[in-house]
Formats: sequence, C-alpha cells, structure tokens
Amino acid sequence: MNKPDKKDDVDTTGHVWDGIEELDNPMPRWWVWVFYLTIIWAVGYSIAYPAWPLINGATAGLLGYSTRGEVAEDIARVDASNAEILARLSTADLTAIRDDDELHTFAVNAGGSIFAANCSQCHGRGAAGVQAGGYPNLLDDDWLWGGDIEQIAYTVTHGIRNEQSMDSHYSLMPAFGTDEILMNDEIDAIVQHVLSISGQDHDADLAGVGSTLFLDNCASCHGDAGTGMQEIGAPNLSDAIWLYGGDADTIRTTIQNARFGVMPAWSEEFRGASGLSLAEINAVATYVHQLGSAQ
Amino acid sequence: MTSTDHKPLYAKREPVFPRKVKGKFRSLKWGIMILTLGVYYLTPWIRWDRGAELPDQAVLVDLASRRFFFFWIEIWPHEFYFIAGLLIMAGLGLFLFTSAMGRVWCGYTCPQTVWTDLFIATERWIEGDRNARVRLWNAKWDLRKLRLRLTKFAVWLVIGLATGGAWVFYFTDAPTLLVNLINGTAHPAAYTTMALLTVSTVFFGGIAREQICIYACPWPRIQAAMMDEDTITIGYRSWRGEPRKHSDAITKESPQGDCIDCMACVNVCPVGIDIRDGQQMECITCGLCIDACDDIMAKIGKPRGLIDYLSLDDEEAERKGQPTKRVWQHILRPRTLIYSSLWSIVGMGLVVALFIQPDIDMTVAAVRNPTYVVLSDGTIRNVYEIRLRNKHGETRPFELSVTSDAALQIDVQGQASGDDVVNVPADSTYLVRVFVSAAAQTPASTDDRTAMRFWVVDTINDDRAHDDTYFNGTGGT
Repeated sequence: MNKPDKKDDVDTTGHVWDGIEELDNPMPRWWVWVFYLTIIWAVGYSIAYPAWPLINGATAGLLGYSTRGEVAEDIARVDASNAEILARLSTADLTAIRDDDELHTFAVNAGGSIFAANCSQCHGRGAAGVQAGGYPNLLDDDWLWGGDIEQIAYTVTHGIRNEQSMDSHYSLMPAFGTDEILMNDEIDAIVQHVLSISGQDHDADLAGVGSTLFLDNCASCHGDAGTGMQEIGAPNLSDAIWLYGGDADTIRTTIQNARFGVMPAWSEEFRGASGLSLAEINAVATYVHQLGSAQ
Repeated sequence: MTSTDHKPLYAKREPVFPRKVKGKFRSLKWGIMILTLGVYYLTPWIRWDRGAELPDQAVLVDLASRRFFFFWIEIWPHEFYFIAGLLIMAGLGLFLFTSAMGRVWCGYTCPQTVWTDLFIATERWIEGDRNARVRLWNAKWDLRKLRLRLTKFAVWLVIGLATGGAWVFYFTDAPTLLVNLINGTAHPAAYTTMALLTVSTVFFGGIAREQICIYACPWPRIQAAMMDEDTITIGYRSWRGEPRKHSDAITKESPQGDCIDCMACVNVCPVGIDIRDGQQMECITCGLCIDACDDIMAKIGKPRGLIDYLSLDDEEAERKGQPTKRVWQHILRPRTLIYSSLWSIVGMGLVVALFIQPDIDMTVAAVRNPTYVVLSDGTIRNVYEIRLRNKHGETRPFELSVTSDAALQIDVQGQASGDDVVNVPADSTYLVRVFVSAAAQTPASTDDRTAMRFWVVDTINDDRAHDDTYFNGTGGT
C-alpha cells in the first residue's frame, strides 16, 4: 500500500515501539502562552491572597481574605436567617409548638444540637442516662419532677438542688443509716419491703416487718404504697425504673447514705453568657419532650 | 530521521479557512445541526402539567430541592443510578459507534463540532467564502476589516448568549427566569453562568475550533484504540487517484490517476488536513471532503467516491481487485454485537427500574442508643426514625403498621395511641419518630432480638412499601 506519511517532513523523537515511531510535532505556540499566563496569575494570586509563610503566620494578602473570616461570615449569615424563627421560638407557648410543623422541626433539630453540647455529658448522647452515676434516663416514662414540656423547661432553667436559683427543685432524703435514725436490721427489713412492692424476689417475713417501718419512716415522701410524689421529687419505688439501681445492695446504700443528685441551672440568668437563651431552653425542652414518654 | 539540531519547540497556529461545500453529507450535517441545536435551545420551554404543587417545566433540574424532572419521570437523589445508567449507555453507545463507523460522534453530533460549524457558517455569511476570508486575514486593518470583525464577534456573542441562556433555563422555571434576566432581578449565579458560557462558547466555537479536538479533547486518543480494519471511516482511494496531476511519478507505465490535485478536499476541511495523506489523528470524519471531491469528479466526468467512507480492509481489497465486504458485514461483527448487547442490557434494566419505581417509599433507621428503653410497667420499647417519601404532587395520608411473629405495639410520636396515619406533604421526605413496644415478660421483650417489618400504606390508592428491621429485647437480663 502506498502509504503517504508525514515522516518525510517531520522529525521523530527517536523512540520506536513495535516499528511505530513517535513524530516530534511542535506544540502550538498559544499553549506556552497559557503556561506563562498561569505564572502571572500565580504571582497576582499570591499578592491578593494569603500566601507567603513568615515566622509568625503568613502574608495577609491585599483582599484581606481568611478562611476563618469566611466561616465567621457564614455563621453570621445563618444566625441572621435564623433570627426570625428563634424570636418566634422564644415567645412560643411550649404546649403549642407541636402544632406548628416548621417551628417544631426547627426546635427538635436545634434542641438536638444543644442537648449534645450541654446535656449529653451526664444524660448520655442518646439521653438514656447513666444509672451508675444517678443521671436519669430521659427516654422512659418515669419523671422525678414532672415530665410535661413546661416542667422540662423549668428544670433546664433552674436545675435540681441548685444553690444558684431560689426556685430550683429541692428535696433532701435523710441518711437513715449514717445519721443513725434506723438500725441496720431495720434497714434490711425496709429493703425487703421495697423489693416486694417493686415485684422482685424478697424475704416475705422481713418485708412484713419492713412494711410498718416503711409507713413510719418513708411513706411521708414516697407515699403509703411507695408510688412516690412528683411535687417533691420523691421517686416511685414500685415501678421497674430505678435512678441508682433496684437490687438489694443499691437500695440499702440509698437508705443508708441517702442520695443528693444535682443538676446545674442552664439559663442565662444563672450562667451569664455561657447559659442558654430562652429560645434555646424551649428548643431543648421540645427535643427532650419528643424523645419518648414525656407527658 | 532523528532530531539532532535545535528546532523550535512551539509552532504558530496555521489558520483554517474552510470553503463552502454542497453535498449529501453537508445536508446531513445541516439537518443534524438544526435538530441538536433546536432540541438544546427549545427544550426548556416545553411545559408539562404535574399538578398545582409541582413545576410545570417538562425538563427541569431543580438543584434547590434536589429533583430532576423529565416529562412524566421524576428522579430523586437516591435514584441517581438512572443518571449513572444513562452515562454508562452513552459510553457504550460511543464505543459501539466508534468501532462500527469511526469518529461519527466527532464529525456530526459533538457539541464542539456543531457549534464550530455554526460559527464558521456565521463567519462565512459575514466575511465571505474562503478566498475573501484569506484576503481579509492578510489585509491591513482598515474600517472595512474593523466593521466586518466587529459584526462577526457581535453575532458570535449573541449566539454564545443564547447558548448560555438556554443552559440556565434548564435549572429553573424558564419564563420566570427570562423576565427576571431582562429586568435584572435574576440570581447572580444565573448571570455568572451565562457570562461564562457566552465567553466559552465564543472561545471554543469561534476562536479555538479544531484546536480543542486536536490538543484538548481526550476522545480522539481513546477512539483510535477502538477502530480496526473493519471500521468504516474516511479514506482516499489512492490506487485510483495516484499518481495525481503534477506528480513527478507520472510515467508512461503509470499514467495520471483520477486525482487532479485541485485541493478541494483540503480547502473544505474544518481541521485543516489533507485526507490524501491517509487517516490522521486530526480527522473528525465529518465527510465534507467527500462532498467536495464528488462534486469535482462529477465535473470531470469520473465516478464519485475517490474520497469515500471505506474501511482499511476494503481499501486493500479494492487495490488487489478483490471483492469488498458489504456494509452490514463491517457493522455486524462480534465487537459491535457485544457493545450492542451490553448497551441493550443496561437500557432494559433502566426501563424496568423506571416501571417498578414506586411512588411511595420508606427507610427505617433503628435508634440504637440505647438499644431499648424500660418503661415503668416493665414494657420494653424501641425507637425508630422512619423517613417516608411521597412522590405525589399532593399531601397523602400514609398509614404505618408493623408485622412480626411477636405481639408488638406501634405508636407515632406526637400522635394519640392508635392513630398511626401520618400526613406526608407533597413531593417530599418526611421524618417521623415511631415507638414500638412489647409488654413485660412477653417473648419479644425478653428475647435478644425479634425480626419485624414496617409497612406503610398510602390510604388513597393502597400503594404499599415495607422495610425490615429488628426489635431489641433485654436478652434475658
């Protein structure tokens, strides 16, 4: 085959693969100009933007750009766009938030973030609490101080047994053992009674003795049947939920030494700038309220 | 010959001034240009009624709400496999066409080719045909040259603007955007996109032209690997044409061939090559040299087809006087059949997926922190976050239920016990928190885990969807 070829007028690079030679065609002239242009661009860029490393930092660049500044702008923009709904949230009637789909969705999402940043350290990321530390589970239907949304917001605002707020929930269980109010065998009898009212394995004879002792010493707060009293934060002892644990040893420790769980007040009133605003308290209350069994 | 002396590394571009040509391939190219540009420019203006709550633009890429509308089809982000499938089909289709007919995509339908063709036609209309343009190129700058050049660039800018404009219309309601664009209230992104596309269209189609194909596009390199001796591509019947007129090779034994060296094929070529040198990397197989040569052959009374669509083995067979293969024998061979079958399999898969694509859908995410919650009466409860998708153009009541071998109770957060109907807004995904409980000391509450299935039923047309998950019990502790 008569194969017309450019080989006659174009150089080759001298490379040959399987008899195929590589022609050494020149690159287009504009190609190299594009390369020079990128160099000029790079010089301009390094003047306009932060570029050259110095001992403490880098050159700032004429445009004054910084990634931190950009983030700050983004945050300011988001804050501005949320201002309206945050204002609505801070004045909202807590019980009516559920009926406003937009407000509810916003409150649940914002409340989730607030919970993760402020509450999860004690109550756990999933709000299941930590029994060993006496941090209540917020997912179940047993509420020490009341579980409707207004009570939740109140607790977040003032805390529990918190010295800062005069309105904080406060109650004090006597340390029956340490303060020598009850003898050890009496405490053992009450333990058996508490096991019996919560439907656990127990010694029936001891429990019988304990039931009288319970009525004399415990029923004033926990009720005759041990069902507790929410107004004073006295836990229900007859259900399946235990703040510190429901086995005989833990119950004995509780009667012996008493418990004094505390929670800080989270509102700006008591924490200053690091506290939660009214809108944030309403958001986190909405979030906790929708987690499970709040009333 | 190996380079030893210092030659320049870079060369100036040789400008190309394609001459006007008439013929069947040119007509085909005009037809394809009108069709492809027409589809591109006009599609955003087609309306399609989808009900009050959904856009009425037939083809719309709604980036803000992450929806793609194509006539009766609506694609959500989780159905992106449709786009992936179409891209695979496009790739396989390109392989198929390239192995059967060479660079037909490049020659007829590639946007770079189509717009370059349009820009060259505009240039010819304003500045005249090849000879006039060469004269103008070489002429000193005067008022006439300035006027012609300004007119040309003004028309090019209008074409570029329409091109960029058409592009942004695919992303939002076209009539609204047009009004906003004119009175200056459109989003800055629309203006920026249009400006960028205007400049790049003029640059690619008007100024860079064949250099995009030669230096920037990776396809010509890949396509070379897909062509073989059966591929129908453009060739010069050198056994018939050579020795060409004016050639030193003309002797008594080998008289002049059919080629009269009129340079018509070179003058019409949009990439500026001489097809008589054989198939070259630059050639986009647009067929214009065939039209030009056929015209000349008719004028000198020789049969057409000195330059023609032919395969490498045809050229060889013709030279030896052997019979050539039929066109279908070139096209139907294992390679193209494999590409066609793969293409059809993907295509059928997509069509099937389209027909079984549900209007409602659910995804269940079990909340596993904690794995279960004990309630005061000993009930064990699990929490699930369920995303309900409603692809209808109206709010639909979806009823949730759960089936399992064990007795399980379902409750929707924020709704009364027994009310398991959720109103899902039109064309959206809706998140609900669902509680599933097992009474104390029942199998589900004491087992480690129990299989269960969530059901969602559209109470209007009884469409249903389900998702399987597990219920976690105490595991005996």
